[in-house]
Amino acid sequence: MAAVAHDRPAPPKARSAVLTVLASYAALIALTVVFLAPLVYMGVTAFKTNQEATRIEPTWIPKEPSTVAFDAILNRSEQTPVFRWFFNSMIAAIGQALLVVATASLAAYALARMEFRGKKVMTGVIISTLFVPPIIFLMPTYLLLDKLRWLDSLLAVTIPGAAGALGVFLLRQFFLSLPKELEEAAVLDGASPFKIFWRVILPLSKPALATLFLLAFLTNWNDFLLPLFVLFSPESLTLPPGLGLLQGSYTTSYEIIMAGAVVATVPALILFIIAQRFVIEGVAATGIKG
Amino acid sequence: MTQGPGAIEQTGGGRPLPPLARAARARAPGHGPAGGGKIAYLFLAPYLTLFTVFVVFPAVYGLYVSFHSWDLLLPNKPWVGLGNYRALLDPSTPSGGDFWQSMKATAIFTAAAVPLLVVLPLGVALILNQKFRGRNFFRAVYFAPYVLGVAVIGVLWTLLLDPNIGVVNFYLEKVGAPENIAWTTSLPWAWVALVGVTVWWTLGYNAVIYLAGLQDIPRELYEAAKVDAASRWGRFRHVTLPGLRPVLVFIVTITILASANMFGQAWLITGGAPGNETRTAIMFIAQEGLQSFRLGSAAAMSFVLAVFLMLVSLVTFFFFRERGVSRGRRRA
Repeated sequence: MAAVAHDRPAPPKARSAVLTVLASYAALIALTVVFLAPLVYMGVTAFKTNQEATRIEPTWIPKEPSTVAFDAILNRSEQTPVFRWFFNSMIAAIGQALLVVATASLAAYALARMEFRGKKVMTGVIISTLFVPPIIFLMPTYLLLDKLRWLDSLLAVTIPGAAGALGVFLLRQFFLSLPKELEEAAVLDGASPFKIFWRVILPLSKPALATLFLLAFLTNWNDFLLPLFVLFSPESLTLPPGLGLLQGSYTTSYEIIMAGAVVATVPALILFIIAQRFVIEGVAATGIKG
Repeated sequence: MTQGPGAIEQTGGGRPLPPLARAARARAPGHGPAGGGKIAYLFLAPYLTLFTVFVVFPAVYGLYVSFHSWDLLLPNKPWVGLGNYRALLDPSTPSGGDFWQSMKATAIFTAAAVPLLVVLPLGVALILNQKFRGRNFFRAVYFAPYVLGVAVIGVLWTLLLDPNIGVVNFYLEKVGAPENIAWTTSLPWAWVALVGVTVWWTLGYNAVIYLAGLQDIPRELYEAAKVDAASRWGRFRHVTLPGLRPVLVFIVTITILASANMFGQAWLITGGAPGNETRTAIMFIAQEGLQSFRLGSAAAMSFVLAVFLMLVSLVTFFFFRERGVSRGRRRA
């Protein structure tokens, strides 16, 4: 539809097709501005001085580019150690994503391919928790974390979230779609179930596992509600509650708050740009399958 | 993925076993082709441990807590039976009145955000569903805000919506809008801001799901409609919309649930202001339980909210499904 370029005067039908394409591009570009301009402004503001960041007339290119905001949050900040938050977030997100991929792939394989007592009930119970509104877990989880003495530690924001059923659900769907012949050949060769899983199934599942890892990483990286209430001391925060603290401590020093937002944004955005297809198709899959 | 909008699925798994699996089961009762019995439990053990400790136990424990006056700051946590629930029904108690106000705030937000988040992403998906250069680039750009968490979105829009130095007011005033609109502290602007920011943040997510649904509609149906000389609108009405029905149900359901769980935007952008007008249910429950430490009362509110949400999603599901069935019958 796009490349309609004729030398002859276009007949009415083709002309309307050209108009459609032009209108579509106009809409696409307008939307691009709407979606990107705020993100650009965030990045630009992080490199302004406080004076420029709080001027009424906005500047889209800093008049006097400056890294004072980054100096402020990275060096002299015992109350707001953004660098520390960055590492906390990395540890929690990578830890949770690994835990999700490891436990969900094993469990999903058993649910997809093995026969055992209680399989139907177990599958039903696990998947039905996807429909339970997550708010009911907040108070008891807080009390549980208190009992475990995990409050104010990274364990509190790494482990509980890995128990969600989405990973098991997605991987089970994926394993069900794999042809059985491969495994059956391996069974005839006398391979153990674990060996089949490790040598046959996992190598075939790399894209699915990568997608799940990415979705789990991003979910944890961006999680706000739980960390906000189970992490307290400045040095144990992750970036999302940390940004809340920055906003509370530097109310109108927008350049500092935006510098923190940039630190929280860059890893997620880089991951997204590299693995865009996996992330988007993973999200689309949650809508189609099931 | 426990809290994102993607955490809810439209139907259960329960897919019937494919014929091969049934045959295998018939050959060797108690064993699948990949082994079974005890080995299966070994595979399941790590996940089931997590699931039991952090899903099953909290669900039951939360219900137990909701039957107690569970104040973290007091030594005793006496059993009160349905007391916490009864207090919610009595608007004169502090928890009762504030809770229903927060439920109302959630309802207002949901009613405003859901139609926009169902219709606008469909429009964007329809544009993206044409063949043109750079389609994946645009798709990625529109999805990008969703990759950033609500915390980044919240602090970013607090800057953009600042009444005095925000760019939103600066450009609006250029085109003749009133000066210094108080986006975060006055009505209805606080709602406009919260809904607008949420649409900006999650439009791409819904659009991507729509787009996948559009690409699943067989091309032949459109060809057939063209042969029948159906207009563009006719093709949309009679091919696209019916083909999208399952995806539409899914989008409506997850968008309602995600909107009803709105928390971070209000927490960071309006802080519930003006007054407690934009304090949502999740925000109030979290404050009641984890700041005032009345966990029994907060647990009871969680269950009331959860029952509401499950009812709403059931109603949506059956509303759409029923219409689907009657439509099919009419045609047959």
